[in-house]
Amino acid sequence: MATQHSRSAARMMMAPAVILLLGWMLVPLTMTLWFSFRKYLPLRGGDMGWVGFDNYVSFFNSSSFWPSIQTTLLIVGGVLIITVVFGVLLALLLDQPMWGQGIVRILVIAPFFVMPTVSALVWKNIFMDPVNGLFAHLWKFFGATPVVWMSQASMESIILIVSWQWLPFATLILLTATQSLDSEQLEASEIDGARPLQRFFYIILPHLGRALTIVILIQTIFLLAIFAEIFVTTGGAFGTKTLSYLVFQRVLESQNIGLGSAGGIYAVILANIVAIFLMRIVGKNLDT
Amino acid sequence: MGSITLKKVTKSFDKTEVIRPLDLQIDDGEFVVFVGPSGCGKSTLLRLIAGLEDITSGSIEINGTDATSVPPAKRGLAMVFQSYALYPHMSVRKNIAFPLKMAGLDKKEREKKVTDAAAVLNLTDYLDRRPGQLSGGQRQRVAIGRAIVREPDAFLFDEPLSNLDAALRGNMRLEIAELHQTLATTMIYVTHDQVEAMTMADKIVVLQAGVIEQVGSPMDLYREPANVFVAGFIGSPAMNLIEGPEAKSRGAKTIGVRPEHFDLSMDGGEWRGVVGVSEHLGSDTFLRVEVEGIGTLTARADGEFPARHGDTVGLTPDPERIHRFDEAGLRISS
Repeated sequence: MATQHSRSAARMMMAPAVILLLGWMLVPLTMTLWFSFRKYLPLRGGDMGWVGFDNYVSFFNSSSFWPSIQTTLLIVGGVLIITVVFGVLLALLLDQPMWGQGIVRILVIAPFFVMPTVSALVWKNIFMDPVNGLFAHLWKFFGATPVVWMSQASMESIILIVSWQWLPFATLILLTATQSLDSEQLEASEIDGARPLQRFFYIILPHLGRALTIVILIQTIFLLAIFAEIFVTTGGAFGTKTLSYLVFQRVLESQNIGLGSAGGIYAVILANIVAIFLMRIVGKNLDT
Repeated sequence: MGSITLKKVTKSFDKTEVIRPLDLQIDDGEFVVFVGPSGCGKSTLLRLIAGLEDITSGSIEINGTDATSVPPAKRGLAMVFQSYALYPHMSVRKNIAFPLKMAGLDKKEREKKVTDAAAVLNLTDYLDRRPGQLSGGQRQRVAIGRAIVREPDAFLFDEPLSNLDAALRGNMRLEIAELHQTLATTMIYVTHDQVEAMTMADKIVVLQAGVIEQVGSPMDLYREPANVFVAGFIGSPAMNLIEGPEAKSRGAKTIGVRPEHFDLSMDGGEWRGVVGVSEHLGSDTFLRVEVEGIGTLTARADGEFPARHGDTVGLTPDPERIHRFDEAGLRISS
């Protein structure tokens, strides 16, 4: 039983960690908030004082604002669907006993170790290049006209690249969850008359519920901030400008720190809205 | 309907032969217990009957028709697993209704059968709980409920009580025996506990290393064990098995005397020995007696028998109840 004394001692000992984490989060957030209310153009006069909500209004009224939110949500949603669906299927496949299991598992996990910038460049130049890319050769082999991936199918390309990167993460977590399923449960359901597809939906999928929640939440956090893949492939052109990319353009390309900061605050708000929706939908899986 | 016939059934995993060619007839309505030490193949045999493992050779007939290659769901059998194998994300109600749902019964019928099964098993108050919120005994009952609702031709139990504590085990033993009386359905029950086998079975199948050592009613096995293994395995405490000159003088390689078939006295007696450890159970006292030239014997005495540690007592085996076994370990009938 915790006495008053030991409880306050515990608080004292936790304080440094809590303060450090809080500061780590609060200082940048406060600075962003501060700059978002100021007109700050580093190359054109520097900090020029308070402007109220001007930055927020002009960021919101910019023609790029709504498309960027749409793009962000589309990439997050697309990648989530692909990684979750294929992650489950791959996890089930890798759970089967087979020859060379260890090596196959390492190979499947490998893409996660490749840096985002590198993998995006590899995809862009080796696979998707419209002249020398492998896909172009494949298309030509069948007599089709090669797709100019980065401009004609820009969103699909980026979703493909990012999915390829995150699929191993989903597979890995779902594989460990699959392995923890009690085989007697599967046998019981088999005797109970469940066919393979029913076993999947009634037994395996509910068992994976918690792992799926983790995968979706963690991936959403990282996918909302995806940047490098867009920077090195389309550079934000062809409708691939996400909210975080728009913020980058405002701050660095237009050299308008105030406007960019306002965009940053919008990004925080968007992330929170997405988080609330996700917790509503999948968060209950974490309770039981 | 619930007769099962095994004909020349064998099972090998890679090169290890787990079940040697084996014949067994299980009649409708019988309570059959497979008993044996761990690794004897009793669980494998049950899984072969259930269809969870494929047999290597031979055939299985259920209700007179060949079921060797029939999938588990179509064999009309229900199984209760050692780990209960309840579906953790479903309520008790849904767990019990699951086989009915898979069979395509409509909601109303499912509800009725679940309610009936819950009433039989005292689960009515727990129908909306999850398995994780139940005690071991309740989980066991849910597993049995899930088996009952299917109205199978036979129930298969795979060491269903081994995860329960001793008191609960005793209760569940009675409940399962009672259930068998009520349903009068064939039940096949696997256990390593010979007490469960003795108390519940109509017919005991003693297995060792994939071979049936003896099949018979509990009392047959107790009175006339076919060989040394069955003699040592059935009965608690175990039968005293004596080799050497004492056995030879009775024309056997091994003789066996059950602890309860000794006549004990403080003086006199055929064999005299020193009392070592004595276990007082109240009604009975089990004495470990060190007899020179024979070894340590266990003997059951009355609870009030006055012997203490270090005392010398006399043991006289009941001559009618001395079991004799030959060189091969087989019973010599007298």
